[in-house]
Amino acid sequence: MKQMEVEVVVIGAGPAGLSAACQARMAGAQVLVIDENNQPGGQLFKQIHKFFGSREHQAGVRGYEIGQKLLEKTIACGASVMLDSLVYGIQPDLTLGVIKKGENIALKAQKIIVATGAKENYLPFPGSTLPGVMGAGAAQTMINVNRVLPGKRAVMMGSGNVGLIVSYQLMQAGAEVAAIVEGAPCIGGYGVHAGKIRRAGVPFYLGYTVKRALGEQSVEGVEIIQVNERFQPIPGTEKLLKADTICLAVGLNPMNELLWQAGCHFDFIPAFGGHVPLHDSNMETTICGVYAAGDATGVEEASSAMEEGNLAGVAAAEALGYLSYEEAACKKAEIQHRLDTLRDGPFGQKRRAFKEQQLADMKAFDQGSFMGRMQA
Amino acid sequence: MRVIQHPVLGELQNQKTVTIYYNEKPIKALEGEPVAASLLNAGIKVFRTTSKRHEPRSIFCAIGRCTDCMMIVDGVPNTRTCVTPVHSGMRVECQQGAAPIQQQEEPK
Repeated sequence: MKQMEVEVVVIGAGPAGLSAACQARMAGAQVLVIDENNQPGGQLFKQIHKFFGSREHQAGVRGYEIGQKLLEKTIACGASVMLDSLVYGIQPDLTLGVIKKGENIALKAQKIIVATGAKENYLPFPGSTLPGVMGAGAAQTMINVNRVLPGKRAVMMGSGNVGLIVSYQLMQAGAEVAAIVEGAPCIGGYGVHAGKIRRAGVPFYLGYTVKRALGEQSVEGVEIIQVNERFQPIPGTEKLLKADTICLAVGLNPMNELLWQAGCHFDFIPAFGGHVPLHDSNMETTICGVYAAGDATGVEEASSAMEEGNLAGVAAAEALGYLSYEEAACKKAEIQHRLDTLRDGPFGQKRRAFKEQQLADMKAFDQGSFMGRMQA
Repeated sequence: MRVIQHPVLGELQNQKTVTIYYNEKPIKALEGEPVAASLLNAGIKVFRTTSKRHEPRSIFCAIGRCTDCMMIVDGVPNTRTCVTPVHSGMRVECQQGAAPIQQQEEPK
């Protein structure tokens, strides 16, 4: 088995991972970013919409342009990027098992930053496995990255920002959106996104859920049904919609299998997508030298993922002696301030409260008083 | 099904096309795009069938996480077609059920 040694290994070349790599590298650490895909950037390259927030968060810039800049910065600062490489495990001595095109590598790291992102939730219903039922992100990848329509007429399940944005992008790509179906009585995402779709004439079915998908070999339609305040279907309220595609925009969950495998302790925060690793204000998990950043620590969005990556990168460089306590504290305070502005407003404040809970649980864990958290 | 004109991304241009084979039938594809994209563009929806009930499956996540898009590519079963780039002359087959266990040579 081939042996390698690196100071900082970053797993995942998405917004969080690349940001972490830049920070650690710019401080002077030797950095290697590993990604299983054949191109870096994570899911930023399918984000063709303009980002929100303030100027320091590149508001008004499209996601793929942010990704391009981040990539250029990563290459310019001298961090190495290893693609087509799968990390399959983390040993207690911080050795990673990596497979690169069939070759097995034992990679010894001094610090590991896990930025593995999230995956889309599934929604079971009769017919939900038929070809034509897919994650909204999958449809987004097809239209914006691969320039192929997954279908001609889609029904979107879920009215959060992903559901709204992908519906609009399906229309931009030339597909028809038959309806947006939302179980809750109100729209989940930003009003500005919903307004755009409503003006384009797409009906919203609020307080509805999917009953079944129709079709034998692929989706030919979808039957939706109204639900009561306890989300139970109301018989007799069924409606048939013609569609060849059903997109599921029903949330994401963190991909933190490597952190589980490494032995990290976890919290349970449904608003962040379920089980999330305990971590301190340096993004360091309960395993010394293993950091986590981005959606893997709780599903938010790309801007906060980048800031968490920045924090982890600075903290790892500090721990290796590349930054003094004062230098690191100054950088961390700036990043934390930007994170706090992102976790502001009606949508952000809840996330801020949950993040604070996650940090408090880590403190409790250190003091031996965290007994785990069960679903309320 | 190809998105040629796009209000944000502009016109799709200068893409080299190659021919791949789906169940021996030639299909035009853009060089380097994922196999799954070429198939969807050609209107092919069923990528594999399940081993017990022989139900059809197609892409679900398109980022290499689920295994719904697995096909036999250049003779290799269980290939995730959403993250496998096409090349000229590639042979893609609908995978029926579970792939047979391949006998591997003992390492010398």
